[in-house]
Amino acid sequence: MIVPILKQGEFLIASIQSALSDNDLLALRDALVEKVVALRIRGVIIDVTALDVLDSFASRTLRDVAHMVRLRGAQTLIVGIQPDVAFAMVQLGLTLEDIPTALDLEEGLSYFARKKR
Amino acid sequence: MKLNDKSAVYVPIESASDLVKARQEGRALANQLGFSPGQATLIASVISELARNIVTYARRGQIVLVTDGNSAVQIRARDDGPGISDVAAALEPGYSTSSGLGLGLPGVRRIADSFDITTGPSGTIVNVTIMRR
Repeated sequence: MIVPILKQGEFLIASIQSALSDNDLLALRDALVEKVVALRIRGVIIDVTALDVLDSFASRTLRDVAHMVRLRGAQTLIVGIQPDVAFAMVQLGLTLEDIPTALDLEEGLSYFARKKR
Repeated sequence: MKLNDKSAVYVPIESASDLVKARQEGRALANQLGFSPGQATLIASVISELARNIVTYARRGQIVLVTDGNSAVQIRARDDGPGISDVAAALEPGYSTSSGLGLGLPGVRRIADSFDITTGPSGTIVNVTIMRR
């Protein structure tokens, strides 16, 4: 399952459309990092609304993306974590550490718009 | 709690894509028994962790889902891989700090209503029971 990545100005929006396998997550990580470098991106939004679980592997992969993107001087924002996914993450003790999050894509875009000013 | 093995759901785990199928089966079962969406996601997450360990360390195995038809789901992960040499370390928290072995087991054990693990050179069996809240 390939995750479409849209370029919107200086930002990338990766919107996950369905449950992802571990390999899909790794492919998304690599594609995002590559595009951040090639397209001089300042911010990345990953929309996880459709993700069925955020387990230890998915959390770690998202943290890795954020760290790699930050090393390129850009920022990552996770949007759309569902309430039941948030519940399970907290129960299992999983965190996204310091990656900023927002309610949904709209909030995410206004987050970056605010930062830009 | 009396588990009904006759209605067990067997999901063979042979590749990373089987994880998605196994956790979907678990969520469906939890929904059937009236677990909350949060708890159903928790069950799906537990299955994901256990099935990933199978694929990563044993190549293949199976996830077996058993219920008491009412308020309990038991997840059994079985493989005939090389076993976990240091079980205590595998259960040590600290995935995010990259200490610990990163098998996702500490979190699973913390949320389980019952948790047992049997591991040796001929394979690993992890049984996790989660009760409806």
